[in-house]
Amino acid sequence: MFVLHGLLLEVAVMSAPLISLHRCCQRAAVLLVARRHWGSSSASPPSLVSRSLDFLARRFYDVEALLNWKSRIGKDQLRKKNFYYGYTHKLYGPDIASAYYILNLGGGFRFVGQSEWFRADSRGKFNWDFLNYKDTPVEEVDMSHTIINYVGLSNLERQPLRTLKVQGCPEVDDWFLAGLHKFQDSLEELDISHCPRITVGGLAALRNLRLKHLNVSSLPRISSPGLVIILLEEMLPQCRITAHGYDLSQPQVGGEKPEERLEAEG
Amino acid sequence: MCAWRRLHRNVRTLRGCFTHGSLNCTAVTQWQPDRCGGLTFCQKLSTGGALRNDFLNELKAQMAAMKKKAADGLPSSNWMPFEINPNLPPETADIVIVGGGVMGWSIAYWLKQKEKFSKKMRVLVVERDPTYSQASTVLSAGGIRQQFSLLENIHLSLESADFMRNINEHLSVVNEDPVDLQFNQSGYLFLASEEVAHIMEQNYNTQRCAGAKVSLFSPQQVKEKFPWINTEGVALASYGLENEGWFDPWSLLNAFRRKAMSMGVIQCFGEVADFRHVKQVLMTKNGEQIDMKTIKSVKVQMLNSLEYQPVECALVVNAAGAFSGKLAKMVGIGLGPKDSLAGFSVPVEPRKRYVYVVHCPDGPGLDSPFLIDYSGVYFRREGLGGNYICGVSPEEAEEPDTSNLEVDHQFFEDKVWPKLANRVPAFEKLKVTSAWAGFYDYNTFDQNGIIGIHPLINNMYFATGFSGHGLQQSPAVGRAVAELILDGEFKTLDLSGLSFRRILTQEPMLEQNIV
Repeated sequence: MFVLHGLLLEVAVMSAPLISLHRCCQRAAVLLVARRHWGSSSASPPSLVSRSLDFLARRFYDVEALLNWKSRIGKDQLRKKNFYYGYTHKLYGPDIASAYYILNLGGGFRFVGQSEWFRADSRGKFNWDFLNYKDTPVEEVDMSHTIINYVGLSNLERQPLRTLKVQGCPEVDDWFLAGLHKFQDSLEELDISHCPRITVGGLAALRNLRLKHLNVSSLPRISSPGLVIILLEEMLPQCRITAHGYDLSQPQVGGEKPEERLEAEG
Repeated sequence: MCAWRRLHRNVRTLRGCFTHGSLNCTAVTQWQPDRCGGLTFCQKLSTGGALRNDFLNELKAQMAAMKKKAADGLPSSNWMPFEINPNLPPETADIVIVGGGVMGWSIAYWLKQKEKFSKKMRVLVVERDPTYSQASTVLSAGGIRQQFSLLENIHLSLESADFMRNINEHLSVVNEDPVDLQFNQSGYLFLASEEVAHIMEQNYNTQRCAGAKVSLFSPQQVKEKFPWINTEGVALASYGLENEGWFDPWSLLNAFRRKAMSMGVIQCFGEVADFRHVKQVLMTKNGEQIDMKTIKSVKVQMLNSLEYQPVECALVVNAAGAFSGKLAKMVGIGLGPKDSLAGFSVPVEPRKRYVYVVHCPDGPGLDSPFLIDYSGVYFRREGLGGNYICGVSPEEAEEPDTSNLEVDHQFFEDKVWPKLANRVPAFEKLKVTSAWAGFYDYNTFDQNGIIGIHPLINNMYFATGFSGHGLQQSPAVGRAVAELILDGEFKTLDLSGLSFRRILTQEPMLEQNIV
């Protein structure tokens, strides 16, 4: 009972209504945060609803205020979920705090020496058994499709991560990749496919890590993927790079036979 | 009525075109009466579509002109019988920022961001070059680093990097594209020889204490990480792991400008020709006379014209970059007797620096950092096609002439290429594709920024003299100056060490890592 009290306090700090709305907000948060950035950088045209809302917002102050309020709530939720869990850290230590952070955002992890993964299910509920493993650092983390960002990375600071999967995370950008230098001694596998904000500038930061496996499939903001993959392979000679989902049949700038090289790499 | 007359006139002129054979047509045009009794143009020409559109467009234009004329006649219109140049600045403004580079616009943005009631303060930014062809901001190499020796510089860079990380939170405008700085997270690599290795270690300790993520490498580690470097003569190297790299300065400038203008800052393209000030004579204890000046208005001259507008203002911010010294002379700073306070001029002057774009097919790849050798030569990767940007700061005795921005290509052959090829053997085979020159707002006193109010002028603030690292510190400096103006003191970063005081007491705060 007392064990749960401290964690519940943390939860209460993060505002109770949000937890009850967690189910519907989990996916919606992704959309709220990425709202209104459909300038020239989006892949698909905005839907009828967003276009009509925008039309109304240009003409009515109240609609504009409502939309600003909605996006502010999304940003606040993002910030609250990702802030440094200092209270949990103080009460339970860094490992449990990191584990709690990962489960709270909807990800999964595996402790060092254990073989089972702890995950949150699609409704955000998770098993509290991880509290039994005191002083065991986290080794593998799967935060795909969550709202982890640069600030949230500080919650994983002291863990000797070996595997990090952030596939399809809308908030993972170049600064996040630069922040991964904290794990340069231990990180071996990284999966950043389908992240809409990563560009070539961020991939240059991966040179600080000693990766063995890297997955950079389907990154929408890379303009000449064939060339970038070749440069990555030159930069990380010991690493196996997986890069699916690019249309390399078009002529690339300076890339010779990138398809064949990809097939050789696998 | 007149519209119909014009319509007939258009029809007649078009028919005239046809009969004079100005168009190559095969079919005959005919005027067919339609059901409503008017005339319709039936044509079977391939160019007929354009003509019909022309005619309809002209009609639309004339209808619009009629509507505008009618609207001008109504009481709420802006119509005046005499024409006023719309580019003139307003007659009064609260704060006039002289200089529309990244520093000036950063200050304008932060002033508007911090004002307590929105739209209550009129901020005017005066820039003399609408094309920014000579502005230091856009000609910069665009790097940001925390590897300085002075604590204030490190903090300024760190805060600016934080700002750039969250740039869309600060500078995004509703319904516009998000800001994309094209930031390359590659880090700076400084190489030190035996003589200066101890200074580098000291700096490393300062930087780590301040929170910068830097690490020291031995020559073997450098060779391991970057096999294309020739580590001969290198005793120690310092590499930035995070918050360092380079970006596009034009995007940053435009982001600041777009956001500031959306918050109500007025932009004016003109040159500051004169200041009108009032003088107040004070006596010190020793019987010395000091003239305290207060600027009352700024005379803004329009470009290529004799028109000017005196703008009455409360405060003036000097963010004129390389030309701040000249601007300060207009108010009389530095024109007093040599041994008095009024004799100290603002020690900022323009210094020309060359940047060369080279192409090397076998050069370092995606992992190349912004490399700075101990001889002063630097280079960084530009894009993905094997292009690099390089340069060096000339010696004091060999400073090039600053009257123009012409590039000296012999300088590359003599001073840059040998040292570059020595450090990176792959650069022995390269080709210079392009080059440009830009001005540093060089602080001849100690090569660090001057931020603060001038002791002899009541209402002139300075944010200049950054000697090549102004762009990377601009967000944090803008915030500091806005705090100084609106709150009266520095709130987030204490930059009182960079004020004018050190120039008057002749105590330089030297920065050892100036590139």
